[in-house]
Amino acid sequence: MLDENTDRNQESFEDYLSTQVLDPWKGPKKVPAEEYYTSGHRTCQGCESAQLMKLMAKAGGPRSIILGSTGCMYVANTTYYSTPWAVPWMHTQLGSAGSSAVGTAAGLRAMMRKGKMAKEPINVIAVCGDGGGADMGLSAISAALQHTQYNLLILMYDNESYANTDIQVSGSSPWGANSTFSPPGSARRIMNRRWKKNTAAMLAAGHPDCKYVATVNTAYPVDTMNMVRKALTIGGPTFIHSLDPCPKGWDYDPMYSHELGELAVETGIWPLYEVEEGKLKMCGKSRRIVSGQFKRKPVREYLTRQGRFAHFIDEDFDYFQAKIDDMWEKWLIPGVIPFAEA
Amino acid sequence: MAPPDTATAAKTIELPGGSGDEREELISGSEAIAHACRLADVDVITAYPIRPYDTVMQYVSQMISNGDFDCEFIVAESEHSQFEIVKHASAVGARVFCGSSGVGWFYAFEALAVTAGLRIPMVAMVGNRALDDPGAFGVEHNDALAVRDLGWMLAWVATAQEALDTALIAYRVAEDPRIFLPCAISCDGAFLTHSQAIVKVPSKEMVDSFLPPYDRGEKQLHPDNPITIAPQVNEDWLMEMRQQNDKAMRRAREVIIEAYDDFEAKFGRGGEPFIERYMMDDAEIVLVGMGTLALPVKVAVRKMRGQGKKVGFLRVRWFRPFPTIELQDALSGVQAVGVIDRDYGFGSPFHSGVLANELRSALYPVENPPKVVSFIAGLGGREVSIDNVVEIAGMTYDAANDSLDDQDTHWIGVRE
Repeated sequence: MLDENTDRNQESFEDYLSTQVLDPWKGPKKVPAEEYYTSGHRTCQGCESAQLMKLMAKAGGPRSIILGSTGCMYVANTTYYSTPWAVPWMHTQLGSAGSSAVGTAAGLRAMMRKGKMAKEPINVIAVCGDGGGADMGLSAISAALQHTQYNLLILMYDNESYANTDIQVSGSSPWGANSTFSPPGSARRIMNRRWKKNTAAMLAAGHPDCKYVATVNTAYPVDTMNMVRKALTIGGPTFIHSLDPCPKGWDYDPMYSHELGELAVETGIWPLYEVEEGKLKMCGKSRRIVSGQFKRKPVREYLTRQGRFAHFIDEDFDYFQAKIDDMWEKWLIPGVIPFAEA
Repeated sequence: MAPPDTATAAKTIELPGGSGDEREELISGSEAIAHACRLADVDVITAYPIRPYDTVMQYVSQMISNGDFDCEFIVAESEHSQFEIVKHASAVGARVFCGSSGVGWFYAFEALAVTAGLRIPMVAMVGNRALDDPGAFGVEHNDALAVRDLGWMLAWVATAQEALDTALIAYRVAEDPRIFLPCAISCDGAFLTHSQAIVKVPSKEMVDSFLPPYDRGEKQLHPDNPITIAPQVNEDWLMEMRQQNDKAMRRAREVIIEAYDDFEAKFGRGGEPFIERYMMDDAEIVLVGMGTLALPVKVAVRKMRGQGKKVGFLRVRWFRPFPTIELQDALSGVQAVGVIDRDYGFGSPFHSGVLANELRSALYPVENPPKVVSFIAGLGGREVSIDNVVEIAGMTYDAANDSLDDQDTHWIGVRE
């Protein structure tokens, strides 16, 4: 009954729902003008997460359903009577990005299989912040990445704090960052002693059936859109982790958002890579860091641009630099897999 | 919306006996609800293990693996995800089923709240179970009762037949565009979920004649209908939306009555929608309860009737919407009412059970209302014996005769 081309994770070929084929755009001039994330949102000036929403909606196109979990991109972004979304959008709970994507995809799949809805590939994209994704929603995202019968993308916009609720530290906040729950004080200079979770690599390593995991940064908008398009085309559950500079949470002038994104990559703090069908590919400047063609800039250049690290003394910069050096010099896979052979 | 592709139309399951027939089967309450899911052609079901409700998911998964039932069956990684998944499936237009028990139901509490807020017509089974800690598998009603003010319709059933029938009725009522509210069917853990009885299982054709397809209409999330669902509203609009839920729940009473009338016409059973009256006609005192408690209470009532005592029993079948009118009508001429709660309300007025206090509230406007005595019994699945019921009836008579304080609450069958 099964031939060698049969995907054994599908109950039958009839069940299989194809994806939209979204080819990469070769350069900014090839990107269409149509926007599906438009005016009406109320995010801060310089908000890179709002930029990510715009790029994601453009990349997915009109035959998409977006699920938005609680966070900045809900509360500040999607307000009654002034929704910015020109594609169908639904709120989901803080920890429910994974579950909302699975439920939406399952509903569509069942109804199309049973003849209750016209058969058509529809993109299902759930977005969550770092609080919703790396903290509260991690188990639901993990479960979603096991459901290979559903086509869905979970996009985590990581602005490195619970930024909507007044900048509280999350499991994805960098070591030492000032937040309203980790303020530097006279007795304790460093309150956040947790090292940032390695979320994308953890999910890629832990879910070998997941066909696509990537990291992006909106300072590279065409790359970001093309990675979203690849994630949606490849089929099955996929995950993209975006580092989004946040003027309010990181404390810098909004005009420098893109510059900080670039610096995060150039200092080696934010590695860009994709894991596609079990193959890792470093991307952009991160690839050139690994090959030695690009020398990492000192982390101090990135950290001193942000008020959240204003309390750092030399030892703090040194500690941070040493951790980043380890990441590229001692890790089993530089920038991705954080252990080495014994 | 594009027309459905008939080439991939849903498979329907023919039962032996042919169209229009019902087949008798010896099944448990959980299996009866699984049959209702199959007959309702549910599209998406999510499971997560917790006793005792999870037996329904074991039956559902067997039906699917044997090819008798076509639906997406997802084993979630927690109850919260379990309920969130089906909530979103329902938003795109799929008919959904879910369920839980005890602390599992509580783990999903956030999802339960938003399901009602979003007007999602989910049908869920609660296999009533005591909340932790300490652990106990047996029945208590505090799990399902916790959502009583959130916009969930709540039914309590006493037999496997009633479980199957109520599940079908629940889909019809919940998915009625006048309502669009979720509905939970409470089945007492073990006593109903795991106990078998002869059940009439209707044919798919009979069910199709009673239950129309789920049509989400203009609220369906789809690229052809690019709406934004549940944007942030704040104080500008939340109150208007809360009132819409209130109005939907107020309309539910009439829609439930319509559904029972039609169910009676199509299936020849169903009974009075909101309450069951047992030997109530000339009753001096009436015992009130929910769920499988009915069994020992009815036996005890018959026994006491044999001794010349005019005792009746009233079983509450729907807790939300609360059958205020029916209870006022049924209990206004009675001397005293003994409410047997399989739940507790620590710190509540008179420290009474939840049902007792709701009933007191409903009877407040009645002229010469009966005395209402609250009894707490059968917690954690402890058996409520016939002797317990006789004791409760005796104390209710004492309240009628002013020899017992009707504003006190009495725990029955507790060891010293």
